[in-house]
Amino acid sequence: MTLAISIKDLHKKYDNDVHALKGINLDIQQGDFFALLGANGAGKSTTINIICSLSNKTSGSISIFGYDIDRDREMAKEQIGLVPQEFNFNIFEPVREIIVNQGGYYGIPRKVCIERANELLHTLDLWDKRHEQARDLSGGMKRRLMIARSMIHQPKLLILDEPTAGVDINIRRSMWGYLQKINAAGTTIILTTHYLEEAESLCRNIAIINKGNIVENTSMKELLNRLDTETFLLDTREPVTQLPETDDFSVKQRDDTTLEVTINKSRSLNVMFEYFTQHNIRITSMRNRSNRLEQLFVELLENDNDTDSAATTGITKGEQS
Amino acid sequence: MTYTEISTAFSTIVIKEIKRFTRIWIQTLLPPAITTILYFVIFGNLIGKAVGDMEGYNYSEFIAPGLIMMAIINNSYANVVSSFFGAKFHGNIQEMIISPLPSTVVLLGFISGGVARGLLVGIIVTLVSMFFTNLHIHNIWIVISVVILTSFLLALAGFINAFFAKTFDGMNIVPIFILGPLTYLGGVFYSISMLPEFWQKVSQLNPILYMVNGFRYGFLGVADTPITITFLILISMNIILYLVAYFLLKKGKGILD
Repeated sequence: MTLAISIKDLHKKYDNDVHALKGINLDIQQGDFFALLGANGAGKSTTINIICSLSNKTSGSISIFGYDIDRDREMAKEQIGLVPQEFNFNIFEPVREIIVNQGGYYGIPRKVCIERANELLHTLDLWDKRHEQARDLSGGMKRRLMIARSMIHQPKLLILDEPTAGVDINIRRSMWGYLQKINAAGTTIILTTHYLEEAESLCRNIAIINKGNIVENTSMKELLNRLDTETFLLDTREPVTQLPETDDFSVKQRDDTTLEVTINKSRSLNVMFEYFTQHNIRITSMRNRSNRLEQLFVELLENDNDTDSAATTGITKGEQS
Repeated sequence: MTYTEISTAFSTIVIKEIKRFTRIWIQTLLPPAITTILYFVIFGNLIGKAVGDMEGYNYSEFIAPGLIMMAIINNSYANVVSSFFGAKFHGNIQEMIISPLPSTVVLLGFISGGVARGLLVGIIVTLVSMFFTNLHIHNIWIVISVVILTSFLLALAGFINAFFAKTFDGMNIVPIFILGPLTYLGGVFYSISMLPEFWQKVSQLNPILYMVNGFRYGFLGVADTPITITFLILISMNIILYLVAYFLLKKGKGILD
């Protein structure tokens, strides 16, 4: 299968000597829904900006569906749609005009652009706002406008840089639905987000970038499988006064009617429910204590940072000796 | 991109630019008309009577081509500097950068927007002038070619200014402190033959002088500078500024990173 993106040894060094990307290698398959995660300043947006020609790379190569961004820049650009982190449209222009003009820049006839824009405006629930100036839209509408604009030329690769930042949960979920739909229709999607539950529920593969290096690149399933325990919060109908001990899992009382259970993933959850039934504790609801991906993400970054400081310490000692 | 795609992209930018300045017509199209009326009332009618004839024409007839050219110069420049700086400021220049548009098309699109505003304002000011004076046409082709070359040149200058401007102040420094004085000293209201020899020579270093006089020659058939020199200067400056603007855009100076 053709690779949607192939990045080889990508470096970016700014004039102020900041080495933002330190030799990134990344392959993303066609049709993938791919999460590119990292803390603020890790290098996610720099990578995206280079892919989209918004920033110059220092060295390395990138090809988009086989088109090298240096040699076949025009063709590479035609494959990409970008939803940037910041609102970057002319706020004084009418909503539909922004989408139609973007199609025009790709050489698509105006009539076709208007038809496509109308469809996108309906799908993304912006139809009623089509004649309004973009500055009059709410934050969520502006985000959807940027998605509509990025889709006008029907790109094979859609890059979303924190597309749901500051968007309420209802709109976020409707945006997820739209993204899943276009992904199912064949559009490859790269998503960066700070909402890790978003990445966990949408993406099939993931790369984590830290301080300009890819520190993890695997499938979401494999990454999540690395957690050998899972922690749940259970609400009980009546207050729990006594908690008999068990070797099957650990159980702690958080308050009168909330229990925290940590269980090894190899064990069946039935064991837990049997235990509560035996002790006449009636469970009314159950949820994960924290997002699993979030837990792994924090652990990975902490490990990477520990390795860095260990290496730095080693160098310092070497110099001293 | 194919030729058809490129022409679609180019017309998209030009139409967008024209819609932009017509949407804010109170800021872009109305002020030159009002300013011209004031110039004719004050300089043409009141002061002009005391000045008398100039180069064989009454003062209103003499200053009319200069006033039209002044409006064209200011508006061609202002359109591109504000539009391109706005696109940088709001970030929507990225819409074009991520698309497969060649740099030439982006540049010519913005410049054509500036030329379009210059021409439209030129027509408005010409119509206003006709209420105050008789406009003679000595050579219509010279009038048209000087207008197009001048508005193209000033649009390019505005584009370069917008590239380097980092703030709104940076956008206004050149029009206020350079373009304005050069225009007023470029023979709009007087013939440089009235100046002492030294200042005549200094005036000849001012490129606006050649634009105003070339345009005046097209209307009245009289000018302080030879028309061939006007064309030579306009064409060579257009080539130089185009290459500078293209280089800046191609390198993405001030836009990328």
